[in-house]
Amino acid sequence: MILVLAEHDHASIKSATHHAVTAAAKLGGPVHVLVAGHDAAGAAKGAASIAGVAKVLHADAPHLASPTAENLAAQVLAVAPSGYTHLVAPATGQGKNVMPRVAAKLDVAQVSEITAVVSADTFVRPIYAGNAFATVRSGDRVKVLTVRGTAFDAAAGGGAAPVEAVPVAPAVTRGAVVTGQELTKSERPELVGARIVISGGRGLGSGENYRKLLEPLADRLNAALGASRAAVDAGYVPNDYQVGQTGKIVAPELYIAVGISGAIQHLAGMKDSKVIVAINKDAEAPIFQIADYGLVGDLFEILPALTAALPAR
Amino acid sequence: MKILVPIKRVVDFNVKVRVKPDGSGVDTANVKMSMNPFDEIAVEEAVRLKERGVATEVVAVSCGVAACQETLRTALAIGADRAILVQADGELEPLAVAKLVAAVAKKEAPQLVILGKQAIDDDANQVGQMVAALLDWPQATFASKVEVAGGKATVKREVDGGLETVELELPAVITTDLRLNEPRYATLPNIMKAKKKPLETLDPAGLGVDVSPRLSTLKVAEPPARKGGGKVADVAELVAKLRNEAKVLP
Ligand SMILES: Cc1cc2nc3c(=O)[nH]c(=O)nc-3n(C[C@H](O)[C@H](O)[C@H](O)COP(=O)(O)OP(=O)(O)OC[C@H]3O[C@@H](n4cnc5c(N)ncnc54)[C@H](O)[C@@H]3O)c2cc1C
Ligand SMILES: Nc1ncnc2c1ncn2[C@@H]1O[C@H](COP(=O)(O)O)[C@@H](O)[C@H]1O
Repeated sequence: MILVLAEHDHASIKSATHHAVTAAAKLGGPVHVLVAGHDAAGAAKGAASIAGVAKVLHADAPHLASPTAENLAAQVLAVAPSGYTHLVAPATGQGKNVMPRVAAKLDVAQVSEITAVVSADTFVRPIYAGNAFATVRSGDRVKVLTVRGTAFDAAAGGGAAPVEAVPVAPAVTRGAVVTGQELTKSERPELVGARIVISGGRGLGSGENYRKLLEPLADRLNAALGASRAAVDAGYVPNDYQVGQTGKIVAPELYIAVGISGAIQHLAGMKDSKVIVAINKDAEAPIFQIADYGLVGDLFEILPALTAALPAR
Repeated sequence: MKILVPIKRVVDFNVKVRVKPDGSGVDTANVKMSMNPFDEIAVEEAVRLKERGVATEVVAVSCGVAACQETLRTALAIGADRAILVQADGELEPLAVAKLVAAVAKKEAPQLVILGKQAIDDDANQVGQMVAALLDWPQATFASKVEVAGGKATVKREVDGGLETVELELPAVITTDLRLNEPRYATLPNIMKAKKKPLETLDPAGLGVDVSPRLSTLKVAEPPARKGGGKVADVAELVAKLRNEAKVLP
Protein backbone atom coordinates (compact mmCIF):
# COMPACT_ATOMS: atom_id res chain seq x y z
CA MET A 1 0.00 0.00 0.00
CA ILE A 2 1.19 3.45 -0.86
CA LEU A 3 0.38 6.68 0.96
CA VAL A 4 0.58 10.04 -0.80
CA LEU A 5 0.58 13.20 1.32
CA ALA A 6 -1.68 15.64 -0.53
CA GLU A 7 -0.76 19.20 -1.41
CA HIS A 8 -3.89 21.33 -1.14
CA ASP A 9 -5.29 24.63 0.02
CA HIS A 10 -8.11 23.01 2.05
CA ALA A 11 -10.76 24.03 -0.48
CA SER A 12 -9.19 22.20 -3.40
CA ILE A 13 -6.44 19.79 -4.29
CA LYS A 14 -3.28 21.05 -6.01
CA SER A 15 -1.88 19.64 -9.20
CA ALA A 16 1.35 18.62 -7.43
CA THR A 17 -0.74 15.86 -5.85
CA HIS A 18 -1.81 14.57 -9.28
CA HIS A 19 1.82 14.26 -10.35
CA ALA A 20 2.77 12.46 -7.13
CA VAL A 21 -0.14 10.01 -7.60
CA THR A 22 1.22 9.09 -11.04
CA ALA A 23 4.60 8.29 -9.49
CA ALA A 24 2.93 6.38 -6.65
CA ALA A 25 0.91 4.28 -9.07
CA LYS A 26 4.16 2.97 -10.57
CA LEU A 27 5.23 1.53 -7.21
CA GLY A 28 2.68 -1.30 -7.30
CA GLY A 29 -0.17 -1.53 -4.81
CA PRO A 30 -3.23 0.52 -3.96
CA VAL A 31 -2.64 4.27 -3.67
CA HIS A 32 -4.16 6.15 -0.74
CA VAL A 33 -4.07 9.92 -0.38
CA LEU A 34 -3.86 11.65 3.00
CA VAL A 35 -5.55 15.04 3.13
CA ALA A 36 -4.54 16.72 6.39
CA GLY A 37 -6.13 20.12 6.82
CA HIS A 38 -8.90 22.16 8.35
CA ASP A 39 -12.36 22.39 6.80
CA ALA A 40 -10.74 20.47 3.99
CA ALA A 41 -13.70 18.49 2.69
CA GLY A 42 -13.24 20.22 -0.67
CA ALA A 43 -9.65 19.05 -0.91
CA ALA A 44 -10.64 15.53 0.16
CA LYS A 45 -13.28 15.46 -2.55
CA GLY A 46 -10.69 16.67 -5.05
CA ALA A 47 -8.31 13.91 -4.00
CA ALA A 48 -11.07 11.32 -4.33
CA SER A 49 -11.61 12.32 -7.94
CA ILE A 50 -8.00 11.63 -8.98
CA ALA A 51 -7.92 8.57 -11.21
CA GLY A 52 -6.03 5.67 -9.65
CA VAL A 53 -6.65 6.65 -6.03
CA ALA A 54 -8.19 3.77 -4.04
CA LYS A 55 -8.99 5.67 -0.85
CA VAL A 56 -8.70 9.12 0.67
CA LEU A 57 -7.81 9.51 4.35
CA HIS A 58 -9.09 12.81 5.69
CA ALA A 59 -7.70 14.26 8.92
CA ASP A 60 -9.38 17.51 9.85
CA ALA A 61 -8.46 19.76 12.78
CA PRO A 62 -7.82 23.45 13.51
CA HIS A 63 -4.11 22.81 14.12
CA LEU A 64 -3.85 21.54 10.55
CA ALA A 65 -5.09 24.86 9.12
CA SER A 66 -1.54 26.19 8.56
CA PRO A 67 0.17 22.92 9.12
CA THR A 68 3.69 22.90 10.49
CA ALA A 69 6.21 20.19 9.65
CA GLU A 70 5.86 18.90 13.21
CA ASN A 71 2.09 18.48 13.04
CA LEU A 72 1.98 17.14 9.48
CA ALA A 73 4.74 14.64 10.19
CA ALA A 74 2.86 13.50 13.29
CA GLN A 75 -0.26 12.99 11.18
CA VAL A 76 1.60 10.98 8.56
CA LEU A 77 3.22 8.89 11.31
CA ALA A 78 -0.17 8.27 12.88
CA VAL A 79 -1.50 6.58 9.75
CA ALA A 80 1.78 5.11 8.47
CA PRO A 81 1.67 1.88 10.54
CA SER A 82 -1.44 0.58 8.78
CA GLY A 83 0.70 -1.34 6.31
CA TYR A 84 2.13 1.31 4.00
CA THR A 85 5.27 0.29 2.15
CA HIS A 86 5.87 3.72 0.63
CA LEU A 87 5.23 7.21 1.97
CA VAL A 88 5.23 9.69 -0.88
CA ALA A 89 4.90 13.47 -1.14
CA PRO A 90 5.34 15.98 -3.93
CA ALA A 91 8.76 17.69 -3.70
CA THR A 92 7.15 21.02 -2.91
CA GLY A 93 8.12 23.36 -0.11
CA GLN A 94 5.75 21.42 2.12
CA GLY A 95 6.89 17.96 1.08
CA LYS A 96 10.53 18.92 1.56
CA ASN A 97 9.76 20.33 4.98
CA VAL A 98 7.80 17.37 6.28
CA MET A 99 9.01 14.10 4.80
CA PRO A 100 12.58 14.02 6.19
CA ARG A 101 11.03 14.33 9.66
CA VAL A 102 8.86 11.33 8.90
CA ALA A 103 11.83 9.34 7.58
CA ALA A 104 14.01 10.13 10.58
CA LYS A 105 11.26 9.13 13.00
CA LEU A 106 10.92 5.81 11.17
CA ASP A 107 14.70 5.44 11.04
CA VAL A 108 14.67 5.06 7.25
CA ALA A 109 16.35 6.96 4.44
CA GLN A 110 14.47 9.43 2.29
CA VAL A 111 14.99 9.43 -1.47
CA SER A 112 14.54 13.06 -2.53
CA GLU A 113 12.95 14.37 -5.74
CA ILE A 114 12.71 11.14 -7.68
CA THR A 115 12.35 11.55 -11.43
CA ALA A 116 11.68 7.91 -12.31
CA VAL A 117 10.51 4.72 -10.65
CA VAL A 118 12.58 1.74 -11.80
CA SER A 119 10.93 -0.72 -9.44
CA ALA A 120 9.30 -0.70 -6.01
CA ASP A 121 12.69 -0.19 -4.33
CA THR A 122 14.75 1.51 -7.05
CA PHE A 123 14.48 5.13 -8.11
CA VAL A 124 16.25 7.71 -10.23
CA ARG A 125 17.06 11.12 -8.76
CA PRO A 126 19.08 14.16 -9.81
CA ILE A 127 22.29 15.13 -8.02
CA TYR A 128 24.68 18.04 -8.59
CA ALA A 129 21.99 20.41 -9.85
CA GLY A 130 20.78 17.83 -12.34
CA ASN A 131 24.20 17.41 -13.94
CA ALA A 132 23.99 13.75 -13.04
CA PHE A 133 21.23 11.28 -12.28
CA ALA A 134 21.72 8.53 -9.73
CA THR A 135 19.82 5.25 -9.72
CA VAL A 136 19.49 4.24 -6.07
CA ARG A 137 18.03 1.23 -4.35
CA SER A 138 16.61 1.50 -0.88
CA GLY A 139 17.00 -1.41 1.51
CA ASP A 140 14.67 0.08 4.11
CA ARG A 141 11.38 -1.59 4.98
CA VAL A 142 9.45 1.64 4.35
CA LYS A 143 10.46 3.90 1.51
CA VAL A 144 10.03 7.62 2.01
CA LEU A 145 10.04 9.48 -1.30
CA THR A 146 9.51 12.97 -2.60
CA VAL A 147 8.52 13.32 -6.24
CA ARG A 148 9.63 15.89 -8.79
CA GLY A 149 6.35 16.88 -10.41
CA THR A 150 7.78 17.77 -13.81
CA ALA A 151 9.02 14.19 -14.25
CA PHE A 152 5.60 12.57 -14.00
CA ASP A 153 2.40 13.41 -15.88
CA ALA A 154 -0.56 14.60 -13.87
CA ALA A 155 -3.01 11.81 -13.05
CA ALA A 156 -6.37 12.34 -14.71
CA GLY A 157 -9.62 13.17 -12.95
CA GLY A 158 -12.80 11.14 -13.07
CA GLY A 159 -12.08 8.86 -10.11
CA ALA A 160 -14.50 8.28 -7.25
CA ALA A 161 -12.56 6.94 -4.29
CA PRO A 162 -14.17 6.66 -0.87
CA VAL A 163 -13.20 9.30 1.71
CA GLU A 164 -12.57 8.01 5.21
CA ALA A 165 -12.18 10.28 8.21
CA VAL A 166 -9.11 9.24 10.20
CA PRO A 167 -8.21 10.07 13.80
CA VAL A 168 -6.33 13.33 14.13
CA ALA A 169 -2.87 13.17 15.68
CA PRO A 170 -2.72 15.59 18.62
CA ALA A 171 -0.91 18.87 18.03
CA VAL A 172 2.80 18.57 18.80
CA THR A 173 3.58 20.56 21.93
CA ARG A 174 7.15 21.50 21.08
CA GLY A 175 6.59 22.54 17.52
CA ALA A 176 6.89 25.68 15.42
CA VAL A 177 3.94 28.05 15.59
CA VAL A 178 2.87 29.88 12.45
CA THR A 179 2.31 33.55 13.28
CA GLY A 180 2.07 35.15 9.86
CA GLN A 181 1.98 34.72 6.12
CA GLU A 182 2.78 37.01 3.23
CA LEU A 183 1.57 35.24 0.15
CA THR A 184 2.22 36.63 -3.31
CA LYS A 185 -1.10 37.35 -4.97
CA SER A 186 -1.35 36.88 -8.69
CA GLU A 187 -4.02 36.40 -11.30
CA ARG A 188 -1.52 34.56 -13.44
CA PRO A 189 -1.09 30.81 -13.69
CA GLU A 190 1.08 29.27 -10.98
CA LEU A 191 4.73 29.02 -11.94
CA VAL A 192 4.88 25.28 -11.36
CA GLY A 193 2.52 23.69 -13.84
CA ALA A 194 2.08 26.67 -16.17
CA ARG A 195 2.07 25.94 -19.92
CA ILE A 196 4.22 28.98 -20.65
CA VAL A 197 6.78 30.57 -18.32
CA ILE A 198 8.61 33.85 -18.89
CA SER A 199 11.57 34.43 -16.59
CA GLY A 200 13.58 37.59 -16.19
CA GLY A 201 17.14 37.98 -14.94
CA ARG A 202 19.57 40.63 -13.94
CA GLY A 203 19.53 41.96 -17.50
CA LEU A 204 16.17 43.60 -16.76
CA GLY A 205 17.97 46.07 -14.53
CA SER A 206 15.13 46.86 -12.13
CA GLY A 207 11.83 45.68 -10.76
CA GLU A 208 10.14 48.44 -12.66
CA ASN A 209 11.60 47.26 -15.96
CA TYR A 210 10.70 43.70 -15.07
CA ARG A 211 7.04 44.64 -14.64
CA LYS A 212 6.91 47.05 -17.55
CA LEU A 213 8.44 44.65 -20.04
CA LEU A 214 7.47 41.16 -18.90
CA GLU A 215 3.92 41.63 -17.63
CA PRO A 216 2.41 42.75 -20.96
CA LEU A 217 4.07 39.79 -22.68
CA ALA A 218 2.86 37.43 -19.97
CA ASP A 219 -0.67 38.84 -20.39
CA ARG A 220 -0.68 38.08 -24.10
CA LEU A 221 0.58 34.54 -23.61
CA ASN A 222 -1.32 33.80 -20.38
CA ALA A 223 2.09 32.89 -19.00
CA ALA A 224 3.44 32.53 -15.47
CA LEU A 225 6.32 34.75 -14.44
CA GLY A 226 9.60 33.51 -13.02
CA ALA A 227 13.07 34.84 -12.36
CA SER A 228 16.72 34.03 -11.85
CA ARG A 229 18.20 34.23 -8.42
CA ALA A 230 20.04 37.40 -9.35
CA ALA A 231 16.71 39.09 -10.13
CA VAL A 232 15.26 37.91 -6.83
CA ASP A 233 18.35 38.94 -4.87
CA ALA A 234 18.23 42.38 -6.45
CA GLY A 235 14.63 42.68 -5.26
CA TYR A 236 12.97 42.89 -8.70
CA VAL A 237 10.48 40.19 -7.68
CA PRO A 238 9.57 38.13 -4.59
CA ASN A 239 11.51 35.00 -3.68
CA ASP A 240 8.83 32.59 -4.80
CA TYR A 241 9.55 33.56 -8.43
CA GLN A 242 12.97 31.87 -8.37
CA VAL A 243 13.54 29.07 -10.84
CA GLY A 244 16.51 26.76 -10.36
CA GLN A 245 18.41 24.21 -8.34
CA THR A 246 17.34 25.86 -5.14
CA GLY A 247 14.14 27.46 -6.39
CA LYS A 248 11.27 25.99 -8.34
CA ILE A 249 11.60 23.29 -10.96
CA VAL A 250 9.51 23.94 -14.05
CA ALA A 251 9.09 22.17 -17.37
CA PRO A 252 6.54 24.15 -19.38
CA GLU A 253 5.85 23.75 -23.07
CA LEU A 254 7.51 27.10 -23.64
CA TYR A 255 10.13 28.79 -21.44
CA ILE A 256 11.31 32.26 -22.35
CA ALA A 257 14.50 33.38 -20.58
CA VAL A 258 15.03 37.13 -20.76
CA GLY A 259 18.31 38.70 -19.66
CA ILE A 260 19.41 35.49 -17.96
CA SER A 261 22.95 34.22 -18.52
CA GLY A 262 22.21 30.54 -17.94
CA ALA A 263 24.20 29.54 -14.84
CA ILE A 264 23.99 25.80 -14.13
CA GLN A 265 21.92 26.53 -11.03
CA HIS A 266 19.31 28.26 -13.17
CA LEU A 267 19.38 25.61 -15.91
CA ALA A 268 18.74 22.96 -13.25
CA GLY A 269 15.26 24.39 -12.81
CA MET A 270 14.16 24.76 -16.43
CA LYS A 271 16.17 22.69 -18.88
CA ASP A 272 13.46 20.04 -19.17
CA SER A 273 11.12 22.61 -20.75
CA LYS A 274 9.85 21.47 -24.12
CA VAL A 275 10.84 24.60 -26.03
CA ILE A 276 13.32 27.16 -24.72
CA VAL A 277 13.66 30.70 -26.03
CA ALA A 278 16.55 32.88 -24.87
CA ILE A 279 16.82 36.62 -25.31
CA ASN A 280 20.22 38.00 -24.38
CA LYS A 281 22.55 40.64 -25.77
CA ASP A 282 25.61 38.48 -25.18
CA ALA A 283 25.89 35.93 -27.99
CA GLU A 284 28.25 33.88 -25.80
CA ALA A 285 25.80 33.55 -22.89
CA PRO A 286 25.57 29.87 -21.86
CA ILE A 287 21.77 30.00 -22.01
CA PHE A 288 22.04 29.89 -25.81
CA GLN A 289 23.65 26.45 -25.65
CA ILE A 290 20.39 24.95 -24.45
CA ALA A 291 17.95 27.28 -26.19
CA ASP A 292 15.98 26.07 -29.19
CA TYR A 293 15.52 29.63 -30.37
CA GLY A 294 18.10 32.15 -29.34
CA LEU A 295 17.67 35.80 -30.15
CA VAL A 296 20.77 37.92 -29.64
CA GLY A 297 19.98 41.52 -28.93
CA ASP A 298 18.85 44.18 -26.51
CA LEU A 299 15.86 43.02 -24.50
CA PHE A 300 14.64 46.59 -24.16
CA GLU A 301 14.01 46.61 -27.93
CA ILE A 302 13.06 42.98 -28.40
CA LEU A 303 10.41 42.65 -25.70
CA PRO A 304 8.11 45.48 -26.82
CA ALA A 305 8.39 44.22 -30.40
CA LEU A 306 7.64 40.66 -29.35
CA THR A 307 4.63 41.74 -27.30
CA ALA A 308 3.35 43.80 -30.21
CA ALA A 309 3.73 40.84 -32.57
CA LEU A 310 1.38 38.70 -30.51
CA PRO A 311 -2.39 39.06 -30.57
CA ALA A 312 -4.07 40.47 -27.47
CA ARG A 313 -6.12 37.82 -25.69
CA MET B 1 23.76 30.64 24.24
CA LYS B 2 25.63 28.20 22.05
CA ILE B 3 24.98 27.67 18.33
CA LEU B 4 25.98 24.51 16.49
CA VAL B 5 26.56 24.84 12.74
CA PRO B 6 26.93 21.66 10.68
CA ILE B 7 28.89 22.28 7.50
CA LYS B 8 29.62 20.08 4.52
CA ARG B 9 32.62 19.99 2.23
CA VAL B 10 31.34 19.80 -1.35
CA VAL B 11 32.49 20.26 -4.93
CA ASP B 12 32.64 24.02 -5.50
CA PHE B 13 29.44 25.42 -7.02
CA ASN B 14 31.31 26.75 -10.05
CA VAL B 15 32.55 23.32 -11.10
CA LYS B 16 30.57 21.43 -13.70
CA VAL B 17 30.95 17.86 -12.55
CA ARG B 18 31.58 14.92 -14.86
CA VAL B 19 30.18 11.47 -14.48
CA LYS B 20 32.85 8.75 -14.33
CA PRO B 21 32.97 6.66 -17.52
CA ASP B 22 32.06 3.49 -15.59
CA GLY B 23 28.92 5.14 -14.23
CA SER B 24 29.93 4.50 -10.62
CA GLY B 25 29.68 8.12 -9.56
CA VAL B 26 30.87 11.62 -10.17
CA ASP B 27 34.53 12.41 -10.68
CA THR B 28 35.69 14.39 -7.64
CA ALA B 29 39.43 13.84 -8.03
CA ASN B 30 41.37 17.09 -8.51
CA VAL B 31 38.21 19.15 -8.34
CA LYS B 32 37.98 22.33 -6.29
CA MET B 33 36.22 21.71 -2.99
CA SER B 34 34.51 24.38 -0.88
CA MET B 35 32.09 24.84 1.94
CA ASN B 36 28.50 24.21 0.83
CA PRO B 37 27.19 27.74 0.02
CA PHE B 38 24.15 27.38 2.28
CA ASP B 39 26.43 26.42 5.14
CA GLU B 40 28.51 29.56 4.68
CA ILE B 41 25.26 31.42 5.15
CA ALA B 42 24.58 29.38 8.28
CA VAL B 43 28.01 30.17 9.73
CA GLU B 44 27.57 33.85 8.87
CA GLU B 45 24.18 33.97 10.58
CA ALA B 46 25.53 32.31 13.72
CA VAL B 47 28.49 34.68 13.84
CA ARG B 48 26.16 37.67 13.42
CA LEU B 49 24.04 36.42 16.30
CA LYS B 50 27.20 36.29 18.37
CA GLU B 51 28.25 39.78 17.27
CA ARG B 52 24.81 41.05 18.27
CA GLY B 53 25.33 39.58 21.72
CA VAL B 54 22.61 36.96 21.32
CA ALA B 55 24.96 33.99 21.12
CA THR B 56 28.07 33.39 23.16
CA GLU B 57 29.71 30.56 21.25
CA VAL B 58 29.59 29.22 17.70
CA VAL B 59 30.68 25.63 17.15
CA ALA B 60 31.11 24.30 13.60
CA VAL B 61 30.85 20.58 12.98
CA SER B 62 31.59 18.61 9.84
CA CYS B 63 31.19 14.90 9.24
CA GLY B 64 33.43 13.20 6.72
CA VAL B 65 37.02 12.68 5.67
CA ALA B 66 40.05 14.33 7.28
CA ALA B 67 40.09 17.01 4.56
CA CYS B 68 36.91 18.47 6.08
CA GLN B 69 39.31 20.14 8.49
CA GLU B 70 40.00 22.71 5.77
CA THR B 71 36.32 23.49 5.56
CA LEU B 72 36.14 23.77 9.33
CA ARG B 73 39.09 26.20 9.25
CA THR B 74 37.12 28.34 6.83
CA ALA B 75 34.24 28.42 9.31
CA LEU B 76 36.67 29.39 12.06
CA ALA B 77 38.02 32.17 9.85
CA ILE B 78 34.51 33.52 9.30
CA GLY B 79 34.16 33.67 13.07
CA ALA B 80 33.21 30.31 14.58
CA ASP B 81 34.93 29.75 17.95
CA ARG B 82 35.79 26.08 17.70
CA ALA B 83 35.27 23.11 15.45
CA ILE B 84 34.47 19.44 15.63
CA LEU B 85 35.33 16.92 12.94
CA VAL B 86 33.39 13.69 13.08
CA GLN B 87 35.76 11.65 11.01
CA ALA B 88 34.30 8.94 8.81
CA ASP B 89 35.72 7.63 5.59
CA GLY B 90 32.85 6.11 3.64
CA GLU B 91 30.02 8.09 2.09
CA LEU B 92 27.61 9.44 4.70
CA GLU B 93 23.91 9.54 3.84
CA PRO B 94 21.74 12.35 5.22
CA LEU B 95 20.21 10.10 7.89
CA ALA B 96 23.67 9.14 9.17
CA VAL B 97 24.79 12.79 9.19
CA ALA B 98 21.61 13.74 11.05
CA LYS B 99 22.29 11.10 13.69
CA LEU B 100 25.87 12.31 14.11
CA VAL B 101 24.77 15.93 14.38
CA ALA B 102 22.03 14.99 16.85
CA ALA B 103 24.60 13.08 18.94
CA VAL B 104 26.96 16.06 18.94
CA ALA B 105 24.02 18.31 19.86
CA LYS B 106 23.21 16.09 22.83
CA LYS B 107 26.81 16.44 23.98
CA GLU B 108 27.13 20.16 23.34
CA ALA B 109 23.58 21.22 24.32
CA PRO B 110 23.30 24.19 21.93
CA GLN B 111 20.17 26.35 21.89
CA LEU B 112 20.20 26.52 18.12
CA VAL B 113 21.42 24.28 15.33
CA ILE B 114 21.68 26.24 12.09
CA LEU B 115 22.24 24.20 8.92
CA GLY B 116 22.12 24.82 5.21
CA LYS B 117 18.83 23.92 3.57
CA GLN B 118 20.51 21.71 1.01
CA ALA B 119 23.91 20.34 0.13
CA ILE B 120 24.61 21.21 -3.50
CA ASP B 121 26.17 17.82 -4.23
CA ASP B 122 23.48 15.37 -3.10
CA ASP B 123 20.70 18.00 -3.30
CA ALA B 124 18.96 16.00 -0.56
CA ASN B 125 17.46 18.79 1.55
CA GLN B 126 16.99 16.46 4.52
CA VAL B 127 19.54 16.75 7.30
CA GLY B 128 18.10 19.74 9.18
CA GLN B 129 14.59 18.31 9.27
CA MET B 130 15.98 14.94 10.37
CA VAL B 131 18.06 16.49 13.15
CA ALA B 132 14.94 18.29 14.40
CA ALA B 133 12.98 15.04 14.35
CA LEU B 134 15.69 13.06 16.13
CA LEU B 135 15.99 15.67 18.87
CA ASP B 136 12.25 16.37 18.92
CA TRP B 137 12.97 20.06 18.48
CA PRO B 138 10.91 22.53 16.48
CA GLN B 139 12.20 23.42 13.03
CA ALA B 140 12.14 26.35 10.64
CA THR B 141 13.47 25.41 7.24
CA PHE B 142 14.36 27.78 4.36
CA ALA B 143 14.92 30.81 6.60
CA SER B 144 15.29 34.24 5.05
CA LYS B 145 15.25 36.16 8.34
CA VAL B 146 16.07 35.09 11.89
CA GLU B 147 15.54 36.95 15.15
CA VAL B 148 16.31 35.50 18.54
CA ALA B 149 15.02 36.97 21.79
CA GLY B 150 13.45 35.83 25.03
CA GLY B 151 14.11 32.14 24.51
CA LYS B 152 12.42 32.20 21.13
CA ALA B 153 13.44 32.39 17.51
CA THR B 154 11.20 34.17 15.05
CA VAL B 155 11.91 33.02 11.54
CA LYS B 156 10.64 34.16 8.16
CA ARG B 157 10.63 31.13 5.90
CA GLU B 158 10.39 30.90 2.15
CA VAL B 159 7.36 28.84 1.16
CA ASP B 160 5.99 28.08 -2.31
CA GLY B 161 3.53 30.96 -2.30
CA GLY B 162 5.68 33.60 -0.59
CA LEU B 163 6.78 33.94 3.02
CA GLU B 164 5.63 32.45 6.31
CA THR B 165 6.62 33.55 9.80
CA VAL B 166 7.05 30.95 12.52
CA GLU B 167 8.00 31.11 16.18
CA LEU B 168 10.17 28.43 17.70
CA GLU B 169 10.82 27.84 21.35
CA LEU B 170 14.51 27.15 21.87
CA PRO B 171 16.30 24.81 21.49
CA ALA B 172 15.41 24.61 17.82
CA VAL B 173 16.69 23.84 14.34
CA ILE B 174 16.89 26.36 11.50
CA THR B 175 17.95 25.80 7.88
CA THR B 176 19.13 28.68 5.72
CA ASP B 177 17.91 29.93 2.37
CA LEU B 178 20.05 32.05 0.06
CA ARG B 179 18.59 35.39 1.01
CA LEU B 180 19.22 35.10 4.74
CA ASN B 181 22.49 37.01 4.48
CA GLU B 182 25.57 37.52 2.37
CA PRO B 183 28.53 35.75 3.96
CA ARG B 184 31.64 37.84 4.55
CA TYR B 185 35.02 36.97 3.10
CA ALA B 186 37.47 35.68 5.63
CA THR B 187 40.29 38.21 6.02
CA LEU B 188 43.92 37.14 6.14
CA PRO B 189 44.35 37.97 9.86
CA ASN B 190 41.23 35.93 10.62
CA ILE B 191 42.50 33.04 8.52
CA MET B 192 45.72 33.13 10.58
CA LYS B 193 43.76 33.30 13.83
CA ALA B 194 41.60 30.39 12.73
CA LYS B 195 44.65 28.16 12.63
CA LYS B 196 44.98 28.49 16.38
CA LYS B 197 41.35 27.87 17.26
CA PRO B 198 40.53 24.47 18.76
CA LEU B 199 39.54 21.62 16.44
CA GLU B 200 38.48 18.39 18.08
CA THR B 201 38.11 15.06 16.28
CA LEU B 202 35.43 12.52 17.15
CA ASP B 203 34.27 9.36 15.43
CA PRO B 204 30.86 7.80 14.81
CA ALA B 205 31.52 4.81 17.08
CA GLY B 206 32.47 7.11 19.94
CA LEU B 207 29.17 8.92 19.46
CA GLY B 208 27.34 5.59 19.36
CA VAL B 209 26.05 6.13 15.84
CA ASP B 210 25.73 3.44 13.19
CA VAL B 211 26.42 5.12 9.86
CA SER B 212 25.97 2.13 7.58
CA PRO B 213 24.26 3.14 4.36
CA ARG B 214 20.61 2.40 3.67
CA LEU B 215 20.78 3.12 -0.04
CA SER B 216 22.96 1.63 -2.72
CA THR B 217 23.80 3.56 -5.83
CA LEU B 218 23.40 1.27 -8.82
CA LYS B 219 24.58 3.76 -11.38
CA VAL B 220 25.15 7.41 -12.10
CA ALA B 221 24.49 8.79 -15.57
CA GLU B 222 24.60 12.10 -17.38
CA PRO B 223 21.26 13.56 -18.29
CA PRO B 224 20.33 13.33 -21.96
CA ALA B 225 22.01 16.25 -23.67
CA ARG B 226 19.70 18.94 -24.90
CA LYS B 227 20.37 19.99 -28.42
CA GLY B 228 20.19 23.74 -28.27
CA GLY B 229 22.13 26.41 -30.02
CA GLY B 230 19.47 27.38 -32.55
CA LYS B 231 19.29 31.08 -33.38
CA VAL B 232 16.72 33.33 -34.96
CA ALA B 233 17.44 36.65 -36.62
CA ASP B 234 14.59 38.75 -35.31
CA VAL B 235 11.24 38.87 -33.57
CA ALA B 236 9.30 38.03 -36.73
CA GLU B 237 11.29 34.86 -37.29
CA LEU B 238 10.96 33.92 -33.61
CA VAL B 239 7.17 34.24 -33.65
CA ALA B 240 6.90 32.36 -36.95
CA LYS B 241 9.07 29.49 -35.65
CA LEU B 242 7.17 29.26 -32.37
CA ARG B 243 3.91 29.02 -34.33
CA ASN B 244 4.81 26.82 -37.26
CA GLU B 245 7.78 24.76 -36.17
CA ALA B 246 7.49 24.39 -32.39
CA LYS B 247 3.70 24.80 -32.49
CA VAL B 248 3.60 26.32 -29.01
CA LEU B 249 1.74 29.45 -30.09
CA PRO B 250 -1.67 29.52 -31.74
C1 LIG C 1 24.11 27.58 -3.95
C2 LIG C 1 23.61 28.38 -5.11
C3 LIG C 1 22.33 28.17 -5.54
C4 LIG C 1 21.81 28.90 -6.60
N1 LIG C 1 20.53 28.66 -7.00
C5 LIG C 1 20.05 29.35 -8.06
C6 LIG C 1 18.73 29.11 -8.54
O1 LIG C 1 17.97 28.29 -8.00
N2 LIG C 1 18.29 29.83 -9.60
C7 LIG C 1 19.08 30.75 -10.23
O2 LIG C 1 18.61 31.37 -11.18
N3 LIG C 1 20.32 31.00 -9.79
C8 LIG C 1 20.82 30.34 -8.72
N4 LIG C 1 22.08 30.61 -8.28
C9 LIG C 1 22.81 31.78 -8.87
C10 LIG C 1 23.47 31.48 -10.19
O3 LIG C 1 24.74 30.93 -9.96
C11 LIG C 1 23.61 32.80 -11.00
O4 LIG C 1 24.34 33.72 -10.24
C12 LIG C 1 22.29 33.44 -11.40
O5 LIG C 1 21.44 32.48 -12.00
C13 LIG C 1 22.54 34.58 -12.37
O6 LIG C 1 21.34 35.24 -12.68
P1 LIG C 1 21.19 36.05 -14.04
O7 LIG C 1 21.39 35.14 -15.20
O8 LIG C 1 19.90 36.80 -13.98
O9 LIG C 1 22.34 37.15 -13.94
P2 LIG C 1 23.66 37.31 -14.77
O10 LIG C 1 24.47 36.08 -14.75
O11 LIG C 1 24.27 38.58 -14.30
O12 LIG C 1 23.18 37.48 -16.26
C14 LIG C 1 22.50 38.60 -16.74
C15 LIG C 1 22.40 38.43 -18.25
O13 LIG C 1 21.63 39.50 -18.79
C16 LIG C 1 22.18 39.85 -20.05
N5 LIG C 1 21.78 41.24 -20.34
C17 LIG C 1 22.13 42.37 -19.67
N6 LIG C 1 21.55 43.45 -20.23
C18 LIG C 1 20.82 42.99 -21.28
C19 LIG C 1 20.01 43.65 -22.26
N7 LIG C 1 19.82 44.96 -22.24
N8 LIG C 1 19.44 42.88 -23.21
C20 LIG C 1 19.63 41.53 -23.22
N9 LIG C 1 20.38 40.88 -22.33
C21 LIG C 1 20.97 41.60 -21.36
C22 LIG C 1 23.67 39.68 -19.86
O14 LIG C 1 24.29 39.47 -21.14
C23 LIG C 1 23.74 38.46 -18.97
O15 LIG C 1 23.89 37.25 -19.70
C24 LIG C 1 22.61 29.89 -7.24
C25 LIG C 1 23.91 30.09 -6.80
C26 LIG C 1 24.42 29.36 -5.74
C27 LIG C 1 25.81 29.60 -5.29
N1 LIG D 1 28.69 15.61 6.05
C1 LIG D 1 28.11 16.66 6.66
N2 LIG D 1 28.71 17.24 7.72
C2 LIG D 1 28.13 18.29 8.36
N3 LIG D 1 26.97 18.84 7.97
C3 LIG D 1 26.34 18.31 6.91
C4 LIG D 1 26.86 17.19 6.20
N4 LIG D 1 26.01 16.88 5.21
C5 LIG D 1 24.99 17.77 5.29
N5 LIG D 1 25.19 18.63 6.31
C6 LIG D 1 24.31 19.76 6.73
O1 LIG D 1 22.99 19.49 6.31
C7 LIG D 1 22.56 20.43 5.37
C8 LIG D 1 21.60 19.80 4.36
O2 LIG D 1 22.23 18.77 3.66
P1 LIG D 1 21.44 17.70 2.76
O3 LIG D 1 20.27 17.26 3.56
O4 LIG D 1 22.43 16.60 2.52
O5 LIG D 1 21.04 18.40 1.49
C9 LIG D 1 23.83 21.01 4.80
O6 LIG D 1 23.61 22.30 4.26
C10 LIG D 1 24.72 21.03 6.03
O7 LIG D 1 24.40 22.12 6.88
